Amino acid sequence: MQIKESIGRKVFLGINALILLAVAIAAFYPLLYVTLASFSNASQLMAHDGVLLRPLAPNIESYRATFRNSFILTGYTNSIIILVIGTIVSVVATTVAAYFFSRKNVMHQKTLMKIVMFTMFFNGGLVPTYLWMKQLGMMDNLLVLILPTCLNVTNILIMRTAMYGIPESLEENARLDGAGHLVVLSKIIVPLVMPTMAVIALYSAVGYWNSWFNASIYITKRSLYPLQLVLREILIQNDTTKMIDDVTIAEQAQVSETIKYAVIVVSTVPILCLYPFLQKYFVNGVMIGAVKE
Amino acid sequence: MANTASSAAVNGKPQVLKESYGARCKKDFFINWKLYLIFLPILAFYIIFNYIPMYGAIIAFKDFSPQYGIWGSHWVGIKHFIDFFTSPDFGRILGNTLTISFSTLIFGFPAPIILALMLNEVKHSIFKRTIQTITYMPHFVSLVVVCGIIKNFVADTGLITSLLNSVGLVEKTDLLGKKELFVPIYVITGIWQEIGWGSIIYLAALSGINMDLYEAASIDGAGRWRQLFAVTLPGIMPTIVIMLILRVGHIMGVGFEKIILLYNPLTYERADVISSYVYRRGLMEFNFSYSSAVGLFNSVINYALIIFTNWFSRRAGESSIW
Repeated sequence: MQIKESIGRKVFLGINALILLAVAIAAFYPLLYVTLASFSNASQLMAHDGVLLRPLAPNIESYRATFRNSFILTGYTNSIIILVIGTIVSVVATTVAAYFFSRKNVMHQKTLMKIVMFTMFFNGGLVPTYLWMKQLGMMDNLLVLILPTCLNVTNILIMRTAMYGIPESLEENARLDGAGHLVVLSKIIVPLVMPTMAVIALYSAVGYWNSWFNASIYITKRSLYPLQLVLREILIQNDTTKMIDDVTIAEQAQVSETIKYAVIVVSTVPILCLYPFLQKYFVNGVMIGAVKE
Repeated sequence: MANTASSAAVNGKPQVLKESYGARCKKDFFINWKLYLIFLPILAFYIIFNYIPMYGAIIAFKDFSPQYGIWGSHWVGIKHFIDFFTSPDFGRILGNTLTISFSTLIFGFPAPIILALMLNEVKHSIFKRTIQTITYMPHFVSLVVVCGIIKNFVADTGLITSLLNSVGLVEKTDLLGKKELFVPIYVITGIWQEIGWGSIIYLAALSGINMDLYEAASIDGAGRWRQLFAVTLPGIMPTIVIMLILRVGHIMGVGFEKIILLYNPLTYERADVISSYVYRRGLMEFNFSYSSAVGLFNSVINYALIIFTNWFSRRAGESSIW
């Protein structure tokens, strides 16, 4: 039954929409500001005060300096290598682990699950982990940025839930035909849990792309820096000197202000552009994660 | 049904129960050895990257020296723990950890719930989806970039500083250099990052509420506000409680990443939390054993809190986290 909406209700809905709009603007404007500033003229930008609604004297100098810079480019390359290998390793390892935990009649499964789950709640701590990685010879090795974070318990549980949903009869037929674990996993299970694999791949890809801390303690060689570490140098430590190759000191001062914005855009845009198309999967991930085991 | 079937099986074959543990292991291994073999790398992963570092935490009870390594260094008992508990840093970082945690909890926890409730009122689906997409975005921006933007915006000539200055709230200085502003900056930017993303789970809970309940309530004469408190909030209460329990379980586990990107010696007094202290003393000043002791102390407290909150929620009749 449709009740005619009262004036009070309409006013409420109007105010509600306005507040939501304000929240959205607050969420988005910082990113917009950064983008506008990156296309602006550095000295005009420094003289400018407050809100920016369009680029000031639009130019792409900062982007030129960014793409000319070798640290940014190697950072980019390293991050892509880490992302690609890391995501593949994550998805494969998660699928294998979930496969093991989704089997029936395996005696030590529960104990092993406890061993895995315990790591969610307790860890050795920063320093013992660091010393052990050092002892393993993981310093200045890109593997240290890939392996320690490739498995996570939540993902295993999400994947296991997906595998529980597969009708047993499907596997049984294959088993009667003499299929082993690897065949069952690759020919029957994997095609059916593809959507979940996609979710896990997306999450680990974003995780690898955005992570910086492990690199900051394990990577000392500049040639191995991932992008986020280069960004930290420019944005947090305010060190743009290494950024600007072959320009005069006067020009340096000009670009060093806007180059910060340009590197933010260059590093963040790939994710933000892809994300609206992938949003469905990300949101699904939150849902499956929430409906636990 | 399943019960009778299994008991019948037991009655039929009582010898199954009598099989010794070793014999069952053997049989299980005979059937499942390939499966265990597949799992072996996963187990190795957890041993190498999680359990050996846990064992390595024994350096908290030793004086670590690089020449003897983790295993060979001398035992010193609880010296480092006593040092920590009696040092002036102890009260400061414990206080900061709790302040930051509770501020995040009080302001950051309700924010996504309110956003979800507001979004739930919107009937125009394109508008709703646009707002959602935009507010989720900051979640995907890397922490380094988020902190870079924060640093830039609250610098002496930054956007936020000049906006606040124009209404007379602050002077034109670097706001991150002011220790009393560290916690507000940390909490507000945290809300900016996570409000949208955090609302997803509540929106899902809201969409699960039975529409008939609203109709019934409105027939009983309940207005919109009454419906909010009588139908909507009770409907999402289990979700709220679980999220709250998770948060409370992590109250001592303020992460150091954002802290160490934002703090500086001027703000250590207010900004330094347990984990950032462990990081600085351990990896910057190389007091390996001392900071391991602090870290271990923190891990044990965290663990106890998580176990306790979960036990509590189970006792209180709400669903448990695991």
